[in-house]
Amino acid sequence: MSDIKPQSAQDVCDALADAKRDGVRVEIRGGGSKALIGAPRDVRVISLAAITGVVDYDPAELVLTVRAGTPLAEIEALVASERQMLAFEPFDHGPIFGEASGKATIGGVIAAGVAGSGRVTAGSARDHLLGFTAVSGRAETFVAGGKVVKNVTGFDLSKLFAGSWGRLGAITELTVKVLPRPRVSATLAIEGLDCRASCSAMASALGSHAEVSAAARHPDGTTLFRVTGFEPSVEARCAMLPQLLGGHGAMERIDPTVADALWRDAGTGVSLHGEVLWCLHVPPGRTPEIIEKIEPLGARWSLDWGGGRIWAAVDSDAAPVRAIAQAAGGQAMLIRAPSEMRSTLSAHHPRPSGVAALEARVRRAFDPDSLFETERFLGEETTDAD
Amino acid sequence: MSITMPVPDIATLQKREAIIAAMRAIVPGDGVIDEIDALRPYESDGLTAYRQPPMLVVLPDTVEQVSAVLRWCHSEGVKVVPRGSGTSLSGGALPLADAVLLGMGKFKKVIEIDYDERIAIVQPGVTNLAITQAVEGRGFYYAPDPSSQIACSIGGNVAENSGGVHCLKYGLTTNNVLGVELVLMDGEIVRLGGRHLDPAGLDLLGVVVGSEGLLGVVTEVTVRILPKPQTARAILLGFPDAERAGACVAQVIAEGIIPAGMEMMDKPAIHAAEAFVKVGYPLDVGALLIVELDGPAAECDHLIEEIDRIAAENGALTRRVSNNEQERLAFWAGRKAAFPAVGRLAPDYYCMDGTIPRRRLPDVLRRMEELSTHYGLGVANVFHAGDGNLHPLILYDANQPGQLDKAEEFGNDILRLCVEVGGVLTGEHGVGVEKRDLMPEMFSETDLNQQQRLKCAFDPLLLLNPGKVFPRLHRCAELGRVHVHGGQLRFPDIPRF
Repeated sequence: MSDIKPQSAQDVCDALADAKRDGVRVEIRGGGSKALIGAPRDVRVISLAAITGVVDYDPAELVLTVRAGTPLAEIEALVASERQMLAFEPFDHGPIFGEASGKATIGGVIAAGVAGSGRVTAGSARDHLLGFTAVSGRAETFVAGGKVVKNVTGFDLSKLFAGSWGRLGAITELTVKVLPRPRVSATLAIEGLDCRASCSAMASALGSHAEVSAAARHPDGTTLFRVTGFEPSVEARCAMLPQLLGGHGAMERIDPTVADALWRDAGTGVSLHGEVLWCLHVPPGRTPEIIEKIEPLGARWSLDWGGGRIWAAVDSDAAPVRAIAQAAGGQAMLIRAPSEMRSTLSAHHPRPSGVAALEARVRRAFDPDSLFETERFLGEETTDAD
Repeated sequence: MSITMPVPDIATLQKREAIIAAMRAIVPGDGVIDEIDALRPYESDGLTAYRQPPMLVVLPDTVEQVSAVLRWCHSEGVKVVPRGSGTSLSGGALPLADAVLLGMGKFKKVIEIDYDERIAIVQPGVTNLAITQAVEGRGFYYAPDPSSQIACSIGGNVAENSGGVHCLKYGLTTNNVLGVELVLMDGEIVRLGGRHLDPAGLDLLGVVVGSEGLLGVVTEVTVRILPKPQTARAILLGFPDAERAGACVAQVIAEGIIPAGMEMMDKPAIHAAEAFVKVGYPLDVGALLIVELDGPAAECDHLIEEIDRIAAENGALTRRVSNNEQERLAFWAGRKAAFPAVGRLAPDYYCMDGTIPRRRLPDVLRRMEELSTHYGLGVANVFHAGDGNLHPLILYDANQPGQLDKAEEFGNDILRLCVEVGGVLTGEHGVGVEKRDLMPEMFSETDLNQQQRLKCAFDPLLLLNPGKVFPRLHRCAELGRVHVHGGQLRFPDIPRF
């Protein structure tokens, strides 16, 4: 089916009213950088790529209001020009699928809950979305949240919509918190730690006064620690780390230009080659046992979030990875896979029946006619139980 | 008192004895309170202007009991009001005459602490401060610190998404909770989130936090704990007026500094605090700013110097840096005593809680002065300056006929003003009963109906904490039927896109 490209928020509302009238299911899409996640499907796509532009940006208030289809790269450049950043460090999925980066939109990374290495200390998309305007599956425009950094007025629908994959409504405009970009960002590295030692070093660092803002293990085995802030503080904390982690081996400070690439590889799974790419979110204490179990499957892997996120690439027989994550109290999302596999294995980790039923009721609260239920996420109840 | 609660259901009141018997069968021993005198302590929470003894109080001590109580009430159509420590400032735990008050105070256990994963798993009745006390021996703490932290429970913090003076840097409750065990109104027990970041599926945990007891009853909470900062230092700054103090705050943030805390007090609040605790606040200033930095000593020392410079550039009349812990605590003593200090100026005070874009502060303070003159009631302001969260304290005398109503009307005007300048009705106290009828100032009927449909997904019979948050509760079936015209075709015959 061909894409529909609304030119305004009112167009989005009309397009959903059309779909409702026609009884056609729709997929809300930003730039399409994550379109290969989930089951193959032939549906009417409503692209928000033309719903762009900055509505309001006041750096001193730490808030930015933009239209959802605005390219992520454009927003990052804008806030960088004010020495600020999106602290959840969203990234572009394009390169994971062998495509150029640049397609990702702010609405897309929010709707998919995308967060980078800083997530472990600074929070995820959910923690930085302050409010939004959306069109529900009733083809109704509504607002939720606010445009200030501190707000508890009404249900916190921002949390619910971040990571909802466009299945509750089409976000047309959103307000995010922005934060100052650290003046200095230093990366320290220890070579050659096995998974268990690396996890132990990361836990020590994250639980210490060195206040590392991120900790990851590169696929090549380098364990990375990031220390950010003002220069005197960064220097003092960088001096603490070797004392704290001395038992784990020598610590080296990495050149910032090299460091960026290392963090990207460790934090986004982009350098892990293989047909199948998993992203596991797990209790970090269980990570060593998970790695011990997935390595025999031929997995290449990296760790982020102090071991709480595992990127794992395998060549085939992907199903055991999910079972291993589940047994350790975590979840595994299928990011990249051949289409046959995506037709049978859900991208989202399945939830227990009680939670799944509650989620379905919540989806129906926003989308009573199952307009957004495109079978992209398999095995989830998609129509009203009544 | 201008806010009316739902009319008690006569049929429920008539079967009170049967309800008591059923509750005693589920919660044995002293866990059911039904004597009128014993119900009195539960008649209000931190919003003491509103009082209503509950029909009865049930104090379960296991999740199975909570589930059985809710299941029974669900099948019998009996309303339930959950309560933690009863410190809500918005009436979130205000009882109803025809509802069971479900007190979670017996859930007092710290279940597990894992320092490698930096989490604590606790029962909901554990106080906010007790979490920190349980982990401080190993150099950790729980970051959100509402001013009631000695008494308020973590379950109540989850329900209200509580904040505190450090939340600009460390976030609210929602940013520090990883998982909950939740009992739905029909008795079903679900676990949302867990001990890892970002679980699969919809972020139901995110919407349960801050849901003010309308979606479920929390029976277990997993929170993140953080290493306690090595040092903390504060700087006390006096400015001629709020404009210049506000400009200083804006420049601090523009220069990339996110302090651990940044509190402002206006002239009436400064004078009240100084008269009360005598900590040496300057009395010749129009606005006082306390800025606290935490972290390694090198960081605190560097940033204190930076802030001192910024304050000087913005015309600060007083600049005093804490050189030891005693001085730092003295700076805070006045701010922490601000509420009781202001309370000495009048028989009663009413604490408001709006958030505004910080740049509008001078304007909002001016308009507030006009309102103060209009209503003939004094007002003092304390302000979480970093995040724009304003706490005006309205002075009144409840024994003077009409003054409470006037104070409430004054408060409502302040909150309308907050919304008008681009802010919100509540930054951290919650909507509860107090701001319920002001919700239409911020949200359209469509917006509120959408929020209420979420309520229906959790509690379709609307039995859990009714009368809070929503000015009108529509029956869920009615909301499902509502036909909407907002998306109708403008030009049905013209091909579009």
